[in-house]
Amino acid sequence: MLIQRPPRIPTSEITPEPIYQARRQFMRQSLALGSAAVAAGSVAGAVAKPSFVADADVASPAWLSQKIAGAAADTSEVNDKLTPYKHVTTYNNFYEFGYNKDDPAKHSDTLKPHPWKVEVAGEAGKTGSFNLEDILSKVELQERVYRLRCVEAWSMVIPWVGFELGSLLKQFNPTSRAKYVAFTTLKDTEQMPAQGSAFGTIDWPYVEGLTMAEAMHPLTLLAVGLYGKALPNQNGAPLRLVVPWKYGFKSIKSIVKIEFTEEQPPTSWNISAPREYGFYANVNPKVDHPRWSQATERRLPSGLFSPNIIDTQMFNGYDEVASLYKGLDLRKNF
Amino acid sequence: MPPILWRRVIILLLGLAPFAWISYATVTQQLGADPAKTIVLFTGEWTIYSLFFTLSVSPLVRFLKWRWLMPHRRMLGLFALFYALCHLFSYLVFILGLDMSRFFSELAKRPYITAGAPAILILIALGVTSTQGMMRRLGKNWQRLHKFVYLALFLGWIHVLWQVRSSYFDAVLYGVITAALLGIRAYWRWQQLQKRRAKAAMMNKSHT
Repeated sequence: MLIQRPPRIPTSEITPEPIYQARRQFMRQSLALGSAAVAAGSVAGAVAKPSFVADADVASPAWLSQKIAGAAADTSEVNDKLTPYKHVTTYNNFYEFGYNKDDPAKHSDTLKPHPWKVEVAGEAGKTGSFNLEDILSKVELQERVYRLRCVEAWSMVIPWVGFELGSLLKQFNPTSRAKYVAFTTLKDTEQMPAQGSAFGTIDWPYVEGLTMAEAMHPLTLLAVGLYGKALPNQNGAPLRLVVPWKYGFKSIKSIVKIEFTEEQPPTSWNISAPREYGFYANVNPKVDHPRWSQATERRLPSGLFSPNIIDTQMFNGYDEVASLYKGLDLRKNF
Repeated sequence: MPPILWRRVIILLLGLAPFAWISYATVTQQLGADPAKTIVLFTGEWTIYSLFFTLSVSPLVRFLKWRWLMPHRRMLGLFALFYALCHLFSYLVFILGLDMSRFFSELAKRPYITAGAPAILILIALGVTSTQGMMRRLGKNWQRLHKFVYLALFLGWIHVLWQVRSSYFDAVLYGVITAALLGIRAYWRWQQLQKRRAKAAMMNKSHT
Protein backbone atom coordinates (compact mmCIF):
# COMPACT_ATOMS: atom_id res chain seq x y z
CA MET A 1 0.00 0.00 0.00
CA LEU A 2 1.31 3.29 -0.96
CA ILE A 3 0.65 5.98 1.55
CA GLN A 4 1.72 9.34 0.33
CA ARG A 5 1.96 12.23 2.70
CA PRO A 6 0.57 15.48 1.49
CA PRO A 7 3.35 18.10 1.05
CA ARG A 8 3.83 20.16 4.17
CA ILE A 9 2.79 23.74 3.71
CA PRO A 10 4.56 26.13 6.04
CA THR A 11 2.12 28.38 7.86
CA SER A 12 3.93 31.39 6.45
CA GLU A 13 2.75 30.43 2.96
CA ILE A 14 -0.89 30.23 3.90
CA THR A 15 -2.74 33.37 2.94
CA PRO A 16 -4.76 34.66 5.88
CA GLU A 17 -8.49 34.67 5.28
CA PRO A 18 -9.12 38.44 5.41
CA ILE A 19 -6.53 38.94 2.67
CA TYR A 20 -7.88 36.34 0.28
CA GLN A 21 -11.40 37.50 0.93
CA ALA A 22 -10.36 41.05 0.15
CA ARG A 23 -8.57 39.84 -2.96
CA ARG A 24 -11.69 38.03 -4.17
CA GLN A 25 -13.74 41.13 -3.63
CA PHE A 26 -11.12 43.17 -5.48
CA MET A 27 -11.25 40.75 -8.42
CA ARG A 28 -15.03 40.97 -8.56
CA GLN A 29 -14.88 44.74 -8.51
CA SER A 30 -12.17 44.77 -11.15
CA LEU A 31 -14.28 42.59 -13.39
CA ALA A 32 -17.29 44.81 -12.88
CA LEU A 33 -15.21 47.92 -13.48
CA GLY A 34 -13.53 46.37 -16.48
CA SER A 35 -16.80 45.51 -18.17
CA ALA A 36 -18.12 48.96 -17.33
CA ALA A 37 -15.01 50.49 -18.86
CA VAL A 38 -15.32 48.37 -21.97
CA ALA A 39 -18.93 49.42 -22.19
CA ALA A 40 -17.85 53.03 -21.92
CA GLY A 41 -15.37 52.48 -24.71
CA SER A 42 -12.26 52.93 -22.60
CA VAL A 43 -9.78 50.45 -21.22
CA ALA A 44 -9.26 51.99 -17.79
CA GLY A 45 -8.83 49.15 -15.31
CA ALA A 46 -8.50 49.06 -11.57
CA VAL A 47 -4.75 48.42 -11.82
CA ALA A 48 -2.81 50.37 -9.21
CA LYS A 49 -0.78 53.28 -10.50
CA PRO A 50 0.63 56.49 -9.08
CA SER A 51 -1.43 59.66 -9.45
CA PHE A 52 1.45 61.88 -10.46
CA VAL A 53 3.57 60.67 -13.35
CA ALA A 54 6.14 62.88 -15.05
CA ASP A 55 6.52 62.86 -18.79
CA ALA A 56 10.22 62.09 -18.52
CA ASP A 57 12.68 59.41 -19.51
CA VAL A 58 14.69 58.04 -16.62
CA ALA A 59 16.93 55.13 -17.53
CA SER A 60 16.09 52.19 -15.28
CA PRO A 61 15.78 48.42 -15.70
CA ALA A 62 12.39 47.21 -16.90
CA TRP A 63 11.60 45.31 -13.67
CA LEU A 64 12.00 48.54 -11.68
CA SER A 65 10.09 50.78 -14.07
CA GLN A 66 7.23 48.28 -14.07
CA LYS A 67 7.18 48.01 -10.31
CA ILE A 68 7.16 51.78 -9.91
CA ALA A 69 4.45 52.19 -12.54
CA GLY A 70 2.32 49.81 -10.46
CA ALA A 71 2.73 51.64 -7.14
CA ALA A 72 -0.48 52.32 -5.25
CA ALA A 73 -1.54 55.94 -5.54
CA ASP A 74 -1.44 58.26 -2.55
CA THR A 75 -5.09 58.58 -1.63
CA SER A 76 -4.59 61.06 1.19
CA GLU A 77 -5.77 64.57 0.57
CA VAL A 78 -3.00 66.63 -1.02
CA ASN A 79 -3.41 70.28 -0.08
CA ASP A 80 0.03 71.41 -1.20
CA LYS A 81 0.83 72.40 -4.74
CA LEU A 82 3.38 69.98 -6.15
CA THR A 83 6.80 71.33 -7.12
CA PRO A 84 7.19 70.70 -10.87
CA TYR A 85 9.29 67.69 -11.89
CA LYS A 86 11.76 69.94 -13.70
CA HIS A 87 12.62 71.77 -10.48
CA VAL A 88 12.66 68.66 -8.30
CA THR A 89 15.27 67.15 -10.61
CA THR A 90 17.47 70.21 -11.30
CA TYR A 91 17.68 71.90 -7.89
CA ASN A 92 19.54 69.48 -5.65
CA ASN A 93 22.00 69.36 -2.80
CA PHE A 94 24.05 66.26 -3.53
CA TYR A 95 27.57 67.41 -2.82
CA GLU A 96 29.09 64.18 -4.07
CA PHE A 97 28.49 65.68 -7.54
CA GLY A 98 29.37 69.34 -6.93
CA TYR A 99 28.50 72.29 -4.77
CA ASN A 100 26.00 74.22 -6.92
CA LYS A 101 22.33 73.37 -7.02
CA ASP A 102 22.49 72.46 -10.71
CA ASP A 103 25.70 70.40 -10.45
CA PRO A 104 24.05 67.09 -9.48
CA ALA A 105 21.72 67.19 -12.51
CA LYS A 106 24.65 68.03 -14.78
CA HIS A 107 27.33 65.78 -13.35
CA SER A 108 25.69 62.65 -11.92
CA ASP A 109 25.84 60.60 -15.14
CA THR A 110 28.87 58.88 -13.66
CA LEU A 111 26.73 57.13 -11.03
CA LYS A 112 25.79 53.56 -11.93
CA PRO A 113 22.68 52.71 -9.88
CA HIS A 114 22.18 49.25 -11.44
CA PRO A 115 23.02 46.64 -10.39
CA TRP A 116 23.02 47.81 -6.76
CA LYS A 117 23.67 46.02 -3.50
CA VAL A 118 22.81 47.05 0.03
CA GLU A 119 24.75 45.67 2.97
CA VAL A 120 22.72 45.02 6.10
CA ALA A 121 24.80 44.74 9.27
CA GLY A 122 24.82 45.07 13.03
CA GLU A 123 22.30 44.08 15.67
CA ALA A 124 19.96 41.94 13.60
CA GLY A 125 19.17 38.27 13.13
CA LYS A 126 19.57 38.45 9.39
CA THR A 127 22.49 40.36 7.90
CA GLY A 128 24.41 40.25 4.65
CA SER A 129 24.54 41.80 1.23
CA PHE A 130 21.27 42.04 -0.70
CA ASN A 131 20.48 42.89 -4.30
CA LEU A 132 18.15 45.84 -4.74
CA GLU A 133 15.84 43.60 -6.77
CA ASP A 134 15.55 41.11 -3.89
CA ILE A 135 14.87 43.88 -1.41
CA LEU A 136 12.13 45.33 -3.59
CA SER A 137 10.54 41.94 -4.23
CA LYS A 138 9.58 41.78 -0.55
CA VAL A 139 7.88 45.16 -0.23
CA GLU A 140 4.85 46.93 -1.68
CA LEU A 141 5.54 50.19 -3.46
CA GLN A 142 3.31 53.15 -2.85
CA GLU A 143 3.16 56.77 -3.79
CA ARG A 144 3.48 59.37 -1.01
CA VAL A 145 3.25 63.11 -1.47
CA TYR A 146 5.52 64.73 1.12
CA ARG A 147 6.77 68.21 1.88
CA LEU A 148 10.56 68.42 1.85
CA ARG A 149 12.02 71.18 4.03
CA CYS A 150 15.69 71.92 3.44
CA VAL A 151 17.76 73.26 6.34
CA GLU A 152 18.61 76.16 3.98
CA ALA A 153 15.03 77.45 4.40
CA TRP A 154 13.56 76.41 1.07
CA SER A 155 11.03 73.65 0.55
CA MET A 156 9.36 71.53 -2.11
CA VAL A 157 6.39 69.15 -2.40
CA ILE A 158 7.32 65.84 -4.01
CA PRO A 159 5.36 62.70 -4.94
CA TRP A 160 7.76 59.94 -3.94
CA VAL A 161 7.42 56.26 -4.83
CA GLY A 162 8.74 53.96 -2.15
CA PHE A 163 7.91 51.76 0.81
CA GLU A 164 7.86 52.09 4.56
CA LEU A 165 11.35 51.62 5.93
CA GLY A 166 9.89 49.75 8.91
CA SER A 167 8.40 47.06 6.66
CA LEU A 168 11.90 46.29 5.38
CA LEU A 169 13.75 46.57 8.69
CA LYS A 170 11.39 44.04 10.33
CA GLN A 171 12.48 41.42 7.80
CA PHE A 172 16.03 41.51 9.20
CA ASN A 173 14.81 40.68 12.73
CA PRO A 174 16.59 43.46 14.64
CA THR A 175 17.65 42.34 18.13
CA SER A 176 16.70 44.09 21.37
CA ARG A 177 20.08 45.82 21.28
CA ALA A 178 19.20 47.65 18.04
CA LYS A 179 18.49 51.20 19.26
CA TYR A 180 19.48 53.11 16.13
CA VAL A 181 19.70 52.60 12.38
CA ALA A 182 22.77 53.97 10.58
CA PHE A 183 22.87 54.62 6.83
CA THR A 184 25.82 55.07 4.49
CA THR A 185 25.98 56.53 0.97
CA LEU A 186 28.24 55.09 -1.71
CA LYS A 187 31.84 56.24 -1.56
CA ASP A 188 33.51 56.02 -4.95
CA THR A 189 35.35 58.95 -6.52
CA GLU A 190 34.91 57.36 -9.96
CA GLN A 191 31.15 57.47 -9.65
CA MET A 192 30.98 60.52 -7.38
CA PRO A 193 33.78 62.79 -8.61
CA ALA A 194 33.28 65.69 -6.18
CA GLN A 195 34.19 63.35 -3.31
CA GLY A 196 37.74 64.05 -4.50
CA SER A 197 37.45 67.82 -3.87
CA ALA A 198 40.06 69.17 -1.47
CA PHE A 199 37.80 72.01 -0.34
CA GLY A 200 34.76 70.06 0.88
CA THR A 201 33.69 70.29 4.50
CA ILE A 202 32.33 66.74 4.65
CA ASP A 203 34.25 63.52 5.20
CA TRP A 204 33.00 60.96 2.71
CA PRO A 205 31.12 58.70 2.70
CA TYR A 206 28.02 60.60 3.79
CA VAL A 207 26.48 58.97 6.84
CA GLU A 208 23.13 59.48 8.56
CA GLY A 209 21.09 57.85 11.30
CA LEU A 210 17.71 57.55 12.97
CA THR A 211 16.49 56.19 16.27
CA MET A 212 14.75 52.83 15.94
CA ALA A 213 11.41 54.49 16.74
CA GLU A 214 11.94 57.07 13.98
CA ALA A 215 12.99 54.41 11.52
CA MET A 216 9.91 52.27 12.28
CA HIS A 217 7.49 55.20 12.01
CA PRO A 218 5.04 54.65 9.15
CA LEU A 219 5.88 58.07 7.66
CA THR A 220 9.52 57.08 7.14
CA LEU A 221 10.05 55.98 3.59
CA LEU A 222 12.72 54.38 1.47
CA ALA A 223 12.15 55.83 -1.99
CA VAL A 224 13.07 54.33 -5.34
CA GLY A 225 11.16 56.78 -7.50
CA LEU A 226 9.49 60.15 -7.81
CA TYR A 227 6.72 61.39 -10.07
CA GLY A 228 6.00 57.78 -11.08
CA LYS A 229 9.49 57.26 -12.51
CA ALA A 230 12.69 55.77 -11.12
CA LEU A 231 14.81 58.19 -9.08
CA PRO A 232 17.11 60.18 -11.32
CA ASN A 233 20.75 59.93 -10.19
CA GLN A 234 20.73 63.50 -8.84
CA ASN A 235 17.85 62.63 -6.51
CA GLY A 236 19.67 59.72 -4.90
CA ALA A 237 19.23 56.72 -7.21
CA PRO A 238 18.56 53.93 -6.75
CA LEU A 239 17.51 53.97 -3.08
CA ARG A 240 17.19 56.89 -0.67
CA LEU A 241 15.64 57.74 2.65
CA VAL A 242 12.75 60.21 2.98
CA VAL A 243 11.95 61.47 6.48
CA PRO A 244 9.45 64.27 5.90
CA TRP A 245 9.48 65.82 9.40
CA LYS A 246 13.25 66.32 9.41
CA TYR A 247 15.49 68.68 7.47
CA GLY A 248 16.37 67.32 4.05
CA PHE A 249 19.96 66.44 4.88
CA LYS A 250 18.69 63.55 7.05
CA SER A 251 17.19 61.92 3.95
CA ILE A 252 20.40 60.25 2.82
CA LYS A 253 20.78 59.32 -0.85
CA SER A 254 22.18 56.35 -2.82
CA ILE A 255 22.28 54.07 0.22
CA VAL A 256 24.77 51.17 0.21
CA LYS A 257 24.65 50.19 3.87
CA ILE A 258 22.07 49.90 6.63
CA GLU A 259 23.36 49.03 10.09
CA PHE A 260 21.50 48.40 13.33
CA THR A 261 23.46 49.91 16.22
CA GLU A 262 23.23 50.15 19.97
CA GLU A 263 24.93 53.57 20.14
CA GLN A 264 23.84 56.76 18.39
CA PRO A 265 25.65 56.68 15.03
CA PRO A 266 27.73 59.64 13.77
CA THR A 267 26.04 61.84 11.13
CA SER A 268 27.90 63.82 8.46
CA TRP A 269 26.65 67.39 9.01
CA ASN A 270 26.88 67.00 12.75
CA ILE A 271 30.54 66.01 12.39
CA SER A 272 31.16 68.92 10.01
CA ALA A 273 29.50 71.63 12.17
CA PRO A 274 28.11 70.32 15.47
CA ARG A 275 26.92 73.76 16.57
CA GLU A 276 24.76 74.08 13.46
CA TYR A 277 23.41 70.58 12.79
CA GLY A 278 22.20 68.15 15.42
CA PHE A 279 21.46 64.42 15.28
CA TYR A 280 17.69 64.89 15.36
CA ALA A 281 17.38 67.79 12.88
CA ASN A 282 13.60 67.91 13.28
CA VAL A 283 12.03 70.81 11.37
CA ASN A 284 11.48 73.44 14.07
CA PRO A 285 10.57 77.10 13.38
CA LYS A 286 11.57 78.07 16.93
CA VAL A 287 15.18 76.91 16.75
CA ASP A 288 17.14 79.04 14.26
CA HIS A 289 20.18 77.88 12.42
CA PRO A 290 23.01 80.04 13.83
CA ARG A 291 23.35 81.74 10.44
CA TRP A 292 19.76 82.08 9.29
CA SER A 293 16.18 81.99 10.53
CA GLN A 294 14.11 78.81 10.37
CA ALA A 295 10.82 80.60 11.12
CA THR A 296 9.84 80.81 7.46
CA GLU A 297 10.67 79.01 4.27
CA ARG A 298 10.53 79.77 0.56
CA ARG A 299 8.35 77.18 -1.16
CA LEU A 300 9.83 76.48 -4.58
CA PRO A 301 9.44 77.49 -7.26
CA SER A 302 9.44 80.97 -5.80
CA GLY A 303 8.45 83.90 -7.99
CA LEU A 304 10.67 86.95 -8.14
CA PHE A 305 8.28 89.74 -7.27
CA SER A 306 6.08 87.66 -5.02
CA PRO A 307 8.53 85.49 -3.08
CA ASN A 308 6.63 82.41 -1.96
CA ILE A 309 7.40 82.85 1.74
CA ILE A 310 5.38 80.65 4.12
CA ASP A 311 5.59 79.96 7.84
CA THR A 312 7.54 76.85 8.72
CA GLN A 313 5.50 74.29 10.70
CA MET A 314 6.73 72.29 13.69
CA PHE A 315 7.78 68.84 12.42
CA ASN A 316 7.13 70.26 8.93
CA GLY A 317 3.42 69.87 9.70
CA TYR A 318 3.64 66.14 10.49
CA ASP A 319 2.33 66.45 14.06
CA GLU A 320 1.80 62.70 14.39
CA VAL A 321 5.51 62.26 15.15
CA ALA A 322 5.41 64.55 18.22
CA SER A 323 4.93 61.55 20.53
CA LEU A 324 8.37 60.23 19.50
CA TYR A 325 9.99 63.17 21.29
CA LYS A 326 8.01 63.31 24.54
CA GLY A 327 10.22 64.57 27.36
CA LEU A 328 13.03 65.54 25.00
CA ASP A 329 14.21 69.19 25.02
CA LEU A 330 14.11 69.96 21.31
CA ARG A 331 16.14 73.13 21.82
CA LYS A 332 19.07 71.12 23.14
CA ASN A 333 18.42 68.12 20.91
CA PHE A 334 18.08 70.12 17.70
CA MET B 1 37.76 108.39 -31.79
CA PRO B 2 40.81 108.48 -29.52
CA PRO B 3 41.84 105.12 -28.00
CA ILE B 4 40.82 106.18 -24.51
CA LEU B 5 37.21 106.50 -25.63
CA TRP B 6 37.29 103.16 -27.41
CA ARG B 7 38.56 101.53 -24.28
CA ARG B 8 35.97 103.26 -22.19
CA VAL B 9 33.18 101.91 -24.41
CA ILE B 10 34.64 98.41 -24.38
CA ILE B 11 35.01 98.36 -20.58
CA LEU B 12 31.49 99.74 -20.18
CA LEU B 13 30.06 96.98 -22.38
CA LEU B 14 32.11 94.26 -20.70
CA GLY B 15 31.06 95.52 -17.29
CA LEU B 16 27.40 95.49 -18.26
CA ALA B 17 27.60 92.05 -19.87
CA PRO B 18 26.99 90.07 -16.63
CA PHE B 19 24.03 92.30 -15.83
CA ALA B 20 22.65 91.82 -19.34
CA TRP B 21 23.11 88.06 -19.07
CA ILE B 22 21.37 87.68 -15.71
CA SER B 23 18.53 89.95 -16.86
CA TYR B 24 18.08 87.90 -20.03
CA ALA B 25 18.19 84.62 -18.08
CA THR B 26 15.64 85.98 -15.62
CA VAL B 27 13.20 87.16 -18.26
CA THR B 28 13.49 83.92 -20.23
CA GLN B 29 13.10 81.92 -16.98
CA GLN B 30 16.35 80.02 -17.19
CA LEU B 31 17.27 80.44 -13.55
CA GLY B 32 15.57 77.30 -12.27
CA ALA B 33 13.56 76.72 -9.13
CA ASP B 34 15.01 79.52 -7.04
CA PRO B 35 15.83 82.49 -9.31
CA ALA B 36 16.00 84.86 -6.32
CA LYS B 37 18.91 83.02 -4.76
CA THR B 38 20.69 82.71 -8.10
CA ILE B 39 20.40 86.44 -8.77
CA VAL B 40 21.57 87.40 -5.29
CA LEU B 41 24.55 85.06 -5.52
CA PHE B 42 25.44 86.19 -9.03
CA THR B 43 25.36 89.93 -8.28
CA GLY B 44 27.33 89.34 -5.07
CA GLU B 45 30.00 87.42 -6.96
CA TRP B 46 30.28 90.20 -9.56
CA THR B 47 30.69 92.79 -6.81
CA ILE B 48 33.74 90.89 -5.57
CA TYR B 49 35.08 90.35 -9.11
CA SER B 50 34.69 94.09 -9.86
CA LEU B 51 36.63 94.92 -6.71
CA PHE B 52 39.35 92.49 -7.79
CA PHE B 53 39.58 94.23 -11.18
CA THR B 54 39.63 97.69 -9.60
CA LEU B 55 42.38 96.82 -7.17
CA SER B 56 44.41 95.08 -9.87
CA VAL B 57 44.87 98.32 -11.80
CA SER B 58 47.68 99.76 -9.66
CA PRO B 59 49.76 96.56 -9.62
CA LEU B 60 49.29 96.14 -13.40
CA VAL B 61 50.35 99.72 -14.06
CA ARG B 62 53.38 99.29 -11.83
CA PHE B 63 54.55 95.83 -12.84
CA LEU B 64 53.48 95.63 -16.49
CA LYS B 65 53.54 99.38 -17.21
CA TRP B 66 49.92 99.24 -18.46
CA ARG B 67 49.56 102.95 -17.93
CA TRP B 68 46.54 103.09 -20.26
CA LEU B 69 44.53 101.27 -17.59
CA MET B 70 44.80 104.03 -15.02
CA PRO B 71 42.07 106.33 -16.40
CA HIS B 72 39.59 103.42 -16.36
CA ARG B 73 39.94 102.53 -12.72
CA ARG B 74 37.06 104.74 -11.69
CA MET B 75 34.63 102.97 -13.98
CA LEU B 76 35.72 99.58 -12.65
CA GLY B 77 35.13 100.84 -9.12
CA LEU B 78 31.70 102.13 -10.09
CA PHE B 79 30.84 98.68 -11.44
CA ALA B 80 31.64 97.26 -8.01
CA LEU B 81 29.14 99.72 -6.55
CA PHE B 82 26.61 98.93 -9.28
CA TYR B 83 26.70 95.17 -8.62
CA ALA B 84 26.70 95.73 -4.84
CA LEU B 85 23.48 97.75 -5.17
CA CYS B 86 21.95 95.08 -7.44
CA HIS B 87 22.96 92.51 -4.79
CA LEU B 88 21.34 94.52 -1.98
CA PHE B 89 18.13 95.27 -3.89
CA SER B 90 17.66 91.74 -5.17
CA TYR B 91 18.09 90.48 -1.59
CA LEU B 92 15.56 93.02 -0.28
CA VAL B 93 12.99 92.53 -3.04
CA PHE B 94 13.36 88.92 -4.18
CA ILE B 95 14.36 87.20 -0.94
CA LEU B 96 12.73 89.30 1.78
CA GLY B 97 9.78 90.59 -0.25
CA LEU B 98 10.64 94.08 1.06
CA ASP B 99 9.86 93.06 4.64
CA MET B 100 12.09 95.71 6.24
CA SER B 101 11.56 94.55 9.83
CA ARG B 102 12.96 91.19 8.78
CA PHE B 103 15.85 92.93 7.07
CA PHE B 104 16.86 94.69 10.28
CA SER B 105 16.50 91.56 12.40
CA GLU B 106 18.62 89.60 9.89
CA LEU B 107 21.17 92.43 9.87
CA ALA B 108 21.49 92.19 13.64
CA LYS B 109 21.32 88.40 13.93
CA ARG B 110 23.41 87.17 11.01
CA PRO B 111 27.10 87.98 11.33
CA TYR B 112 27.74 87.54 7.59
CA ILE B 113 25.09 90.17 6.78
CA THR B 114 26.44 92.44 9.52
CA ALA B 115 29.84 92.18 7.83
CA GLY B 116 28.53 92.78 4.32
CA ALA B 117 26.43 95.86 5.09
CA PRO B 118 29.31 98.25 5.97
CA ALA B 119 31.12 97.11 2.82
CA ILE B 120 28.19 98.35 0.74
CA LEU B 121 28.07 101.62 2.72
CA ILE B 122 31.77 102.16 1.97
CA LEU B 123 31.21 101.53 -1.74
CA ILE B 124 28.33 104.03 -1.75
CA ALA B 125 30.51 106.68 -0.08
CA LEU B 126 33.32 106.06 -2.56
CA GLY B 127 30.92 106.15 -5.51
CA VAL B 128 29.41 109.45 -4.41
CA THR B 129 32.88 111.02 -4.04
CA SER B 130 34.23 109.60 -7.30
CA THR B 131 33.67 112.74 -9.42
CA GLN B 132 36.42 115.21 -10.45
CA GLY B 133 34.70 117.94 -8.44
CA MET B 134 34.70 115.82 -5.30
CA MET B 135 38.36 114.92 -5.82
CA ARG B 136 39.22 118.62 -5.96
CA ARG B 137 37.04 119.51 -3.00
CA LEU B 138 38.35 116.75 -0.75
CA GLY B 139 42.00 117.28 -1.69
CA LYS B 140 44.30 115.07 0.36
CA ASN B 141 41.37 113.57 2.24
CA TRP B 142 40.08 112.04 -0.99
CA GLN B 143 42.93 109.52 -1.07
CA ARG B 144 42.52 108.79 2.62
CA LEU B 145 38.81 108.15 2.12
CA HIS B 146 39.33 105.95 -0.91
CA LYS B 147 41.77 103.70 0.97
CA PHE B 148 38.59 102.34 2.61
CA VAL B 149 38.12 100.24 -0.53
CA TYR B 150 40.62 97.82 1.04
CA LEU B 151 38.34 97.43 4.04
CA ALA B 152 35.34 96.95 1.73
CA LEU B 153 37.10 94.08 -0.06
CA PHE B 154 38.19 92.50 3.22
CA LEU B 155 34.63 92.68 4.59
CA GLY B 156 33.35 91.23 1.32
CA TRP B 157 35.64 88.28 1.82
CA ILE B 158 34.49 87.83 5.44
CA HIS B 159 30.90 87.94 4.13
CA VAL B 160 31.72 84.98 1.85
CA LEU B 161 33.79 83.10 4.44
CA TRP B 162 31.05 83.22 7.06
CA GLN B 163 28.57 81.63 4.69
CA VAL B 164 30.70 78.56 3.96
CA ARG B 165 28.59 75.42 4.28
CA SER B 166 29.69 72.60 2.07
CA SER B 167 32.82 73.85 0.31
CA TYR B 168 35.68 76.19 1.12
CA PHE B 169 36.57 76.61 -2.56
CA ASP B 170 35.22 80.13 -3.17
CA ALA B 171 36.31 81.39 0.23
CA VAL B 172 39.85 80.10 -0.28
CA LEU B 173 40.09 81.41 -3.86
CA TYR B 174 38.77 84.85 -2.92
CA GLY B 175 40.96 84.85 0.18
CA VAL B 176 44.12 84.20 -1.83
CA ILE B 177 43.32 86.97 -4.33
CA THR B 178 42.31 89.39 -1.56
CA ALA B 179 45.49 88.61 0.38
CA ALA B 180 47.60 89.17 -2.75
CA LEU B 181 45.94 92.49 -3.63
CA LEU B 182 46.09 93.83 -0.08
CA GLY B 183 49.53 92.28 0.53
CA ILE B 184 51.06 94.20 -2.40
CA ARG B 185 49.79 97.45 -0.85
CA ALA B 186 51.21 96.54 2.52
CA TYR B 187 54.55 95.77 0.89
CA TRP B 188 54.57 99.05 -1.01
CA ARG B 189 53.78 100.93 2.17
CA TRP B 190 56.61 99.14 3.97
CA GLN B 191 59.02 99.99 1.11
CA GLN B 192 57.95 103.61 1.27
CA LEU B 193 58.60 103.76 5.00
CA GLN B 194 62.05 102.17 4.56
CA LYS B 195 62.94 104.74 1.92
CA ARG B 196 61.75 107.58 4.08
CA ARG B 197 63.73 106.26 7.00
CA ALA B 198 66.89 105.89 4.90
CA LYS B 199 66.43 109.42 3.62
CA ALA B 200 65.98 110.75 7.14
CA ALA B 201 69.13 108.90 8.24
CA MET B 202 71.05 110.41 5.33
CA MET B 203 69.80 113.87 6.22
CA ASN B 204 70.87 113.40 9.83
CA LYS B 205 74.31 112.26 8.73
CA SER B 206 74.86 115.26 6.46
CA HIS B 207 73.84 117.62 9.26
CA THR B 208 76.39 116.33 11.77
